[in-house]
Amino acid sequence: MSRLSIAAPNRAQTVVEGLYRDVEHRVSASPPGICPVDMALAFLRLCHAQTCGKCVPCRIGLGQLTHLLEAVLDSTATPDTIDLIEKSARVIQDTADCAIGYEAARMVLQGVQGFRDDYESHVRHGRCLFGLNQPVPCVALCPAGVDIPGYIALVRAGRCDDAVRLIRKDNPFPTVCGYVCEHPCEARCRRRMVDDAVNICGIKRYACDHAENAAPPPCAPPTGKRVAVIGGGPCGLSAAYFLSLMGHQAVVYDQRPQLGGMLRYGIPDYRLPPEKLDADIDFILSTGIEVHTGVAIGKDISFSEIEQQFDAVYIAIGAHNDKKIGIEGENSAGVYSAVHLLRDIGEGNAPDFKGKRVCVIGGGNVSMDATRTALRLGAESVTCVYRRRVADMTALAEEIEEAQGEGCQILPLQAPDYIEADENGQVIALWTRPQIIGEHGSDGRPRPRDAKEPLFRTACDVVIVAIGQAIDAQPFAQVAPVVRGKIKTDSGAFVANTPNVFAGGDAVTGPATVIRAVAAGKVAAANIDAHLGFQHVIRSDVDIPPAHLTNTPACGRVELKNRPLAEYAGNFEPVKCGMSEEEVRQETSRCLRCDHFGYGIFKGGRTSKW
Amino acid sequence: MVTLTINDTQVSVPEGTTILDAAASAGIEIPNLCYLKGVNEISACRVCCVEIEGEGKLVPSCNNVVQEGMVIHTNSPRVREARRTNVELILSQHDNTCATCVRSGTCRLQKVATDLGVLTVPYPPDLARGKKVSWTTTFPLYRDVNKCIKCMRCVQICDKIQSLSVWDVSGSGARTTIDVSGNRVIKEADCSLCGQCITHCPTGALRERDDTAKAFSAFADPEKITVVQIAPAVRAAWGEAFGLEGGQATVRQIVTALRKMGAEYVFDTTFSADLTIMEEGTELLHRLKAGGLAEQPMFTSCCPGWVRFLKSQYPDMAGRLSTAKSPQQMFGAAAKTWLAYRLGVDARKIYSISIMPCTAKKAECELPGMDSAGFGPDVDLVLTTRELARMVRAERLDPSVLPESPFDGPLGDGSGAGVIFGAAGGVMEAALRSAYFLVNGENPPADAFREVRARSIGRGTWLEASFDMGGTTLRCAVASGLGNARRLLKALRRGEAHYEFVEIMACPGGCAGGGGQPIDGTDREKAIPRGRILYDLDEHASIRFSHENPAVQALYQEYMDAPCSEKAERLLHCDHTAWEMPQDNR
Repeated sequence: MSRLSIAAPNRAQTVVEGLYRDVEHRVSASPPGICPVDMALAFLRLCHAQTCGKCVPCRIGLGQLTHLLEAVLDSTATPDTIDLIEKSARVIQDTADCAIGYEAARMVLQGVQGFRDDYESHVRHGRCLFGLNQPVPCVALCPAGVDIPGYIALVRAGRCDDAVRLIRKDNPFPTVCGYVCEHPCEARCRRRMVDDAVNICGIKRYACDHAENAAPPPCAPPTGKRVAVIGGGPCGLSAAYFLSLMGHQAVVYDQRPQLGGMLRYGIPDYRLPPEKLDADIDFILSTGIEVHTGVAIGKDISFSEIEQQFDAVYIAIGAHNDKKIGIEGENSAGVYSAVHLLRDIGEGNAPDFKGKRVCVIGGGNVSMDATRTALRLGAESVTCVYRRRVADMTALAEEIEEAQGEGCQILPLQAPDYIEADENGQVIALWTRPQIIGEHGSDGRPRPRDAKEPLFRTACDVVIVAIGQAIDAQPFAQVAPVVRGKIKTDSGAFVANTPNVFAGGDAVTGPATVIRAVAAGKVAAANIDAHLGFQHVIRSDVDIPPAHLTNTPACGRVELKNRPLAEYAGNFEPVKCGMSEEEVRQETSRCLRCDHFGYGIFKGGRTSKW
Repeated sequence: MVTLTINDTQVSVPEGTTILDAAASAGIEIPNLCYLKGVNEISACRVCCVEIEGEGKLVPSCNNVVQEGMVIHTNSPRVREARRTNVELILSQHDNTCATCVRSGTCRLQKVATDLGVLTVPYPPDLARGKKVSWTTTFPLYRDVNKCIKCMRCVQICDKIQSLSVWDVSGSGARTTIDVSGNRVIKEADCSLCGQCITHCPTGALRERDDTAKAFSAFADPEKITVVQIAPAVRAAWGEAFGLEGGQATVRQIVTALRKMGAEYVFDTTFSADLTIMEEGTELLHRLKAGGLAEQPMFTSCCPGWVRFLKSQYPDMAGRLSTAKSPQQMFGAAAKTWLAYRLGVDARKIYSISIMPCTAKKAECELPGMDSAGFGPDVDLVLTTRELARMVRAERLDPSVLPESPFDGPLGDGSGAGVIFGAAGGVMEAALRSAYFLVNGENPPADAFREVRARSIGRGTWLEASFDMGGTTLRCAVASGLGNARRLLKALRRGEAHYEFVEIMACPGGCAGGGGQPIDGTDREKAIPRGRILYDLDEHASIRFSHENPAVQALYQEYMDAPCSEKAERLLHCDHTAWEMPQDNR
């Protein structure tokens, strides 16, 4: 026997490690609506399996809790059982020696307090208050409800034209979304239980890049109704598109010279090439939408004039104002707001950052856009300053990685304190207060706090503030109530106490995503149609190929590749390559067709019209 | 066409055919449980799985379509093992006490399991316990949670055919079951009580409240004079419970059977169907004349499932229902008044029993106002056709040799028009025959209105026809199945359809396909063939017009004065607003 030895994992341990990974994947693909008591019991069993057996509360207590929870689920328990669960969990939390015990008990305790009504419903009525109402995960999580398994099957069958037609039933911006959608659809993709989520967004981009230009579906016979849409961004144009298909005359007003809203004036070209945006907009306009660009409501035409001229009005003005950070030196020369900077570029007025040192304040997606844009405008260095850790940044991980890959530096745990300017009022440095990451806040995210270290100076010539956007509701203040910086509507987009005014998009939700704006436009179109006394139905006649019977075995997810850095460094050419035919064939084959297999075949597998 | 091989046999079928149907076309049966064509094609039970060469997993045959060149095995060792195991798993969560089950002999699970020769179940029983098992014993619809195999057919029938969505998947995970949707209890749900979930349930999880014991004890009670009525549609189906198809078992054999059980008087609901025509037809002409049907039609009111539906879904339209009671209730009111007088008996002693193809009738007889004769409920007890069959079986009576007996008089006379009440379109046709007479003073040809007969239990449609009634056009519509009824109502409300007179039956195909009719576990839809039996009886009836029914004429002469007279209004009409239906409160 050696005195010491190097531990090597045995076979059983390796298998268990694999199981842990499987558990993670499975939890990440968990459908909504699962009974919380049942879930708590399942989790409790896992916790109990981890107990070492030394201490009473953990070894025996967690076991007894599982029996009690089981009785609740079997509806053989009494109301006293719930009290017993609560008391036992409290004692285990108080007396367990290590986290294996007290954290498990805390979870049960939180549950019995947090969803006590569900415990009671099980005990008193033998029923759960929740219901597994989740047919197809991707469709359920797509705000616009796009038929994702349907179009993936079509792409797999080589029918890209039909795939795009199918997407347009719910979303008239397929190309834009193929490039820049945040793809919430992928979050709980059931394929994660096998290996990893299907690259849905990449498949959509492939479909759009390979589809022929098609004619729009025929519009319903003209209704004679005219609807004004204020704002030509993704939300307004989606509403206008569907209203037009429904036979109404949609008239879009936008204060900028071109349509597209944030898609054109917020998203940099290297992420969304302008010709791709134009393709979607041209298609939308080909349904017969009237457009007035360069017209600002409240300046060029009053809102009441619009209201009088139209049968209904849809306000989709987005959130185009910047937020001020409120620190000393903010008005110095060389301080930009990200929103204005990106808009100027969209209008063709890019500033020259050649040789300049740039600091970007903020950790969201707009901050990453500003960071990467600054690099492309010739900046010598770009530093992104954020008050929390990199892991806490709200920007997509991919964006952060790419920004770093392109040469930007991220300076985390630094809270901006003031901007130093020279005697001419020109920025020369950003001073920040070092932070340490602290306790979790009520939102569950760890909060930064003062590190009690001296202020930190970053010398720079330009500061870009990217800490959020606000709406400019001034011209509509008379009609639409603005609460906490957002226009207030009911869930059907209707503005209360008006005869015919609807609102939606970023102006109502606050800055959000393209797909949420599209969804808002779709909801508004349906409700405006009903408001005008119609019940037009939007449908698609595309037939969906039958599901393949055997799934592709566990297989890696195809990610979109970046072009070589040298090709896109310093310019606004697109960064990502689309999938190859070989890649898309494999990736589409990974779709588990939840519309056909599982709950989807029973309920909610396909919504062929709305 | 697609060519494939199933069990070494080459099969050619049209593209889009399911594997199950393709096999059937070659005479190869694949066992299945949950599958219900066009309604429940969800492959939940996994009993119909087959092996396809080259595919990784076994494939359910009920909802996957054939592809060119497929090589399929429906009885390979792998399929055999899977089929048997899945049946065993289902049995482990099923209360296997067949001896006390109403569906023993017609249960699909029992058949599949016994055909497979499953003699033992290797899994421990895993039945629901506690509160999950509880169900009301007073409601006409009974559910046994431990007999439910979660095939989802009830959910789908109620969703897709009846548009009421009373049933839904409840809970999640291992304890997922079927329950009343929206966490309601059945008594508080907007259930029409059509019973279509019962007739499509593969097991004994759903059934009517059993009232046979009450009937036997009434027959045995010397203090009670039992008066039984038999609804038209019962005669078209009751023999099926004994393997006698196509109307081989007659209604006059039921009369014999009931007499043997101890019934004092046996009458025919066809009599009161004719009476309904007189009242409803007269009301229709009154309303028409008064201009009350210019905007919205008058609806028939003889189907209690439909009345429950309308009152829960579109309560604002309840006023469009005819105030005429259903034939069952008219019979009850007449039995405890005129009949008691004619027989010279104390009406208080009459115990009125009806035999109906229907589960909703069990609730109808308990409604406020259905005691107009003043001697307790006008109808004391309602039995379904299935309960009748169980009683006949219990008495060891054999319908294949049972002799016929005539109905008693005077409520035993009915016309052919009354008989066709049991088929969708029949009430409309019978009413039109007599309305024509009332308007023109002479009979039309008896088959003049056959256009309104339901020829299929189509989904999404209703029949419409227009007839000239003394110079005015009467626009009529006939719908059966509550999903169809809803579509018709929506069209009416949107102003897309205009009729003066509308017949609606809750069950697809009318009472012939009623929720109280025999179930044979084969899933063959029988409403239309049963209806044909009724039309055949009508064709050969000596009287084919309700107004020519001598008993009806005598009733008016001796007692009711005239249709819609004051006395008729009191006894033969009802106030649909006297009671509340639970609204859709989800």
